[in-house]
Amino acid sequence: MKAKVHVTLKPGVLDPQGKAVEGALAALGFAGVESVRQGKFLEIELAGDDRDAAERQVAEMCEKLLANTVIEKYDVEIGD
Amino acid sequence: MGLRSAVIVFPGSNCDRDVAVALEQSTGQAPAMVWHKESDFPEVDLMVLPGGFSYGDYLRCGAMAVHSPVTREVKRRAEAGVPTLGICNGFQVLTEMGLLPGALLRNADLDFVCRDVHLRVENTQTLFTHRYASDQPIRIPVAHHDGNYYADETTLDALADNGQIAFRYVDEEGEVTSGANPNGSLKNIAGVFNASKTVLGLMPHPERLSDPQLGGNDGRPLFDGLVEALQ
Repeated sequence: MKAKVHVTLKPGVLDPQGKAVEGALAALGFAGVESVRQGKFLEIELAGDDRDAAERQVAEMCEKLLANTVIEKYDVEIGD
Repeated sequence: MGLRSAVIVFPGSNCDRDVAVALEQSTGQAPAMVWHKESDFPEVDLMVLPGGFSYGDYLRCGAMAVHSPVTREVKRRAEAGVPTLGICNGFQVLTEMGLLPGALLRNADLDFVCRDVHLRVENTQTLFTHRYASDQPIRIPVAHHDGNYYADETTLDALADNGQIAFRYVDEEGEVTSGANPNGSLKNIAGVFNASKTVLGLMPHPERLSDPQLGGNDGRPLFDGLVEALQ
């Protein structure tokens, strides 16, 4: 199984890198970009086939290491 | 016997020797330099987490250091009341450990900022700050890319109410202004205490201006004050 984890800053937490990307896209002439939030994407290969257990385990990984929940939120997707 | 201190050294720490010099100058004895793989170290009166880029800032500044063997022991002792100081990366590590509230984000203007700043000492009734005066701004250098202090509104209010804001960025006259804020920190916060004021984290580097020959001495009262308070 593969877990896909997105870690992004919580809404309301300033994201200066996302803002800079947003500005650069506008400077390149891309119209209609309303906002950009930058984050991290992790792919984790997992042994076994219990998806519920994998989801719990990856959530625990996020709480303990992958995300700082003071400023970040995470989304976990378990795939094949 | 002088004040016994320990400097925790992670791979990528680079201010460990600077702070050791400042500590030895004030305490009269060299601190124990404790490598991150140690799970135990001698009993000390003060633990210092130095500046630098522990573990290359991988994942997030300070995130990997939390899981070093030595860090579990540091956390245990800090929670038992052993005074703990985190400077720059050390501050980031202390927030990641959950010993200090809030987090340090990328600087608002995305630049690495390396220059002297002025600070106002917001609470002078602590182990760390009793040698300073609240109406006398001090000059201390910063050198960081991720020093933009963030905490939610509730936490910020609680920090203010409990005297947990240690230092704020000010101009030369001691006024809190946006122009004096080098990194976008909320409320111009440069350093915070834990609730019991036994743990301090700050982004500026007091060890870098603790000797007049280095161009200033405003960092020294922090170390001298610790010696006086803890002996």
